[in-house]
Amino acid sequence: MTNETAADVSGSSYLFSIVRIGILFIIMCGIIYPLVCTGLAQLLMPSYAEGSFIKNTEGGIIGSELIGQKFTDPHYFQGRVSSIEYAADASGSNNYGPSNPELVKRVQQSVADWQKSNPDVPVSELPADLITNSGSGLDPHITPDSAEVQIPRISKLTGIPAAELDKIVAQHTEGRSLGLFGEPRVNVLKLNLAVDEMMKK
Amino acid sequence: MGILQIAAVLILLLLLVKPLGSYMYHVFSNQPNRTDKLFTPFENVIYGIAGLKNRSGMSWKKYTLSLILTNIVLVVLGYIILRVQKLLPLNPNGIDNMEPTLSFNTIISFMTNTNLQHYSGESGLTYFSQMAVIMMMMFTSAATGIVVAIAFIRGITSKGNTLGNFFVDFVKAHTRLLLPLAVVVTLILVALQVPQTFGATVQATTLQGDVQSIARGPVASLVSIKHLGTNGGGFFGVNSSHPFENPNPLTNVIEILSMWCIPAALTYTFGKFARNQKQGWVIFGAMSMLFLMFLSLAYYAESQGNPAINALGIDAAQGSMEGKEVRFGIAQSALFTTVTTAATTGTVNNMHDTLTPLGGLVPLGQMMLNCVFGGDGVGLVNMLMYAILGVFLCGLMVGRTPEFLGRKIEAREMKLVAIAILAHPFIILVPTAIAFLTDLGRGSITNPGYHGISQVLYEFTSSAANNGSGFEGLADNTPFWNISTGLVMLFGRYISIIALLGVAGSMVKKQWIPETIGTFRTDNALYTAILVGTVFIIGALTFLPVLVLGPIAEHLTLR
Repeated sequence: MTNETAADVSGSSYLFSIVRIGILFIIMCGIIYPLVCTGLAQLLMPSYAEGSFIKNTEGGIIGSELIGQKFTDPHYFQGRVSSIEYAADASGSNNYGPSNPELVKRVQQSVADWQKSNPDVPVSELPADLITNSGSGLDPHITPDSAEVQIPRISKLTGIPAAELDKIVAQHTEGRSLGLFGEPRVNVLKLNLAVDEMMKK
Repeated sequence: MGILQIAAVLILLLLLVKPLGSYMYHVFSNQPNRTDKLFTPFENVIYGIAGLKNRSGMSWKKYTLSLILTNIVLVVLGYIILRVQKLLPLNPNGIDNMEPTLSFNTIISFMTNTNLQHYSGESGLTYFSQMAVIMMMMFTSAATGIVVAIAFIRGITSKGNTLGNFFVDFVKAHTRLLLPLAVVVTLILVALQVPQTFGATVQATTLQGDVQSIARGPVASLVSIKHLGTNGGGFFGVNSSHPFENPNPLTNVIEILSMWCIPAALTYTFGKFARNQKQGWVIFGAMSMLFLMFLSLAYYAESQGNPAINALGIDAAQGSMEGKEVRFGIAQSALFTTVTTAATTGTVNNMHDTLTPLGGLVPLGQMMLNCVFGGDGVGLVNMLMYAILGVFLCGLMVGRTPEFLGRKIEAREMKLVAIAILAHPFIILVPTAIAFLTDLGRGSITNPGYHGISQVLYEFTSSAANNGSGFEGLADNTPFWNISTGLVMLFGRYISIIALLGVAGSMVKKQWIPETIGTFRTDNALYTAILVGTVFIIGALTFLPVLVLGPIAEHLTLR
């Protein structure tokens, strides 16, 4: 492949070498590397590598356990505010600065909506994560507190006793990773799947 | 619990510094070692294909020229791919070619290790472009930064005429450092549920019967090098706050450590090259002190919540959750924000635009200083530039010739350092002013009041520091922003690289002065404090006025 022998490479072959390096690195880092990674990942952990999808009994995809869904039906536990309505093909958020009047307006609207559908729970007990937009607009989790404050409403609408709902919220609460990192949280989709199960019974 | 988990991550970083720093020393000291057997055959194939028979040391000019030409070739090839991506393979979602100014911005952004993104990954790039352009440049731009650091270190710690061979360093940075690390981190991420697939977007029927299209792709392999290379450009528009890029707190910790370990460990590598480990720890210590100050401010500010929302009667105990993810909470978000702008990575796990005013001051301030760990390689070089400036200032005060690592610092070096130090504020403040003077710039501001000033300031600071995070509310995909930030990124990257390799080139030729009792020591606690002071004074003198107009004014008026 090589044709230089002189100790100091001449101008044109030096440039030619650089072009070859450029192409080589595109192939090495841009094609071989991701292909090797994909191959290994698909071989070793196919379900995670595909996107951790949850399927129903007929094999249809309900969603990914990692990606939040829109829940407007008051029978279900509701997730966080999402300016993109949980559209998982274009992530994003409002990006309202802390001093933006639109932010206050949006939060006031959320609080008003909350009061309408949850008359039993005072606003002072409403956790901040339920009325703020998540970073991704796809946050699959809420805090355990945010699940608990929704129990009176869901119990009333579904007829499931509050104690039963308490139990499934506790079951679906994930602790901090390794007992240390992150925050305790509840996956809203999995929690609502459990609510569906109970409804069937 | 918040402080405890932050402390745990800091300890994990400390444990990585020595082994990784020593390893990098062995890679680049070019003395035979055990790993040669494993890597040399691959490297010889690469040298063979590229036709690099002569691999002797280069003068600083030849080194810099090789670096820049290599970068230019990659820019040209990458630009072509983006412009014709529709016709290339791996495009299951039928994505169109990228328009010229956006392609210009994107390609400069990734080659300069900035990763400012004016496109959204889900809709703007094919899988092939994500791989052959984005991932490829995440490697090559990081390697470029690392070899700059190595060449600079050689310049100030060795004697002779050369800084080493650019191509050898560049190849080794890939084969022995970035590629193996990236494969390992990728597999760990997949084991923690990050997707890695070529399958197309999935249509799901949600529990309540809606249709949800879920975009995915070869995410893990990009996320790993995005952090290891202090790049920061996400696979998805919302970057590492997207649950596919960063599904749980463990991936968050791994991503933090990945982007932090190389800049931090390079201080140890420097100590080894200088044959004085204390010298390395002085640099690490100064960086850490600055880091801890910024981290405390971010954590405190975000924990307090947003006064405007607290005023509505909402319990403030959870902190400011706007723009943040529940799984990370305040501690993992504040830490991520501080690390990503310290190591000028630019990946985000929460939306910086929504940070409280003082919380938003932290990323802004760190990018303005640009040396609190800093990006792969360039961060260390920037801090060493301040170290040279520090001995110079001390020399002026006591009236003796300044020396650093046994070499005299003279007019030529100081002129080059001055160019590098002054270029940074110049390319931030002048374009910011221009943006405010023109409708093209002002039209993109989406938040009213003082926050709007921060939005524009952040965009140019992030570009100049080659960080790439954004106050993402800014409507920045317009020709004005694409071209202006593109140029700022170019200048921000290459002016200081050229100037500082010039410093290395002249330092390497100097006579060594034997150390005496009168030598001003640069490897003790006193000098660490001087270094922190130098960075702070220069930074404050330059940027305080504009910070007062933006985040500080917003903080004082927000209730």
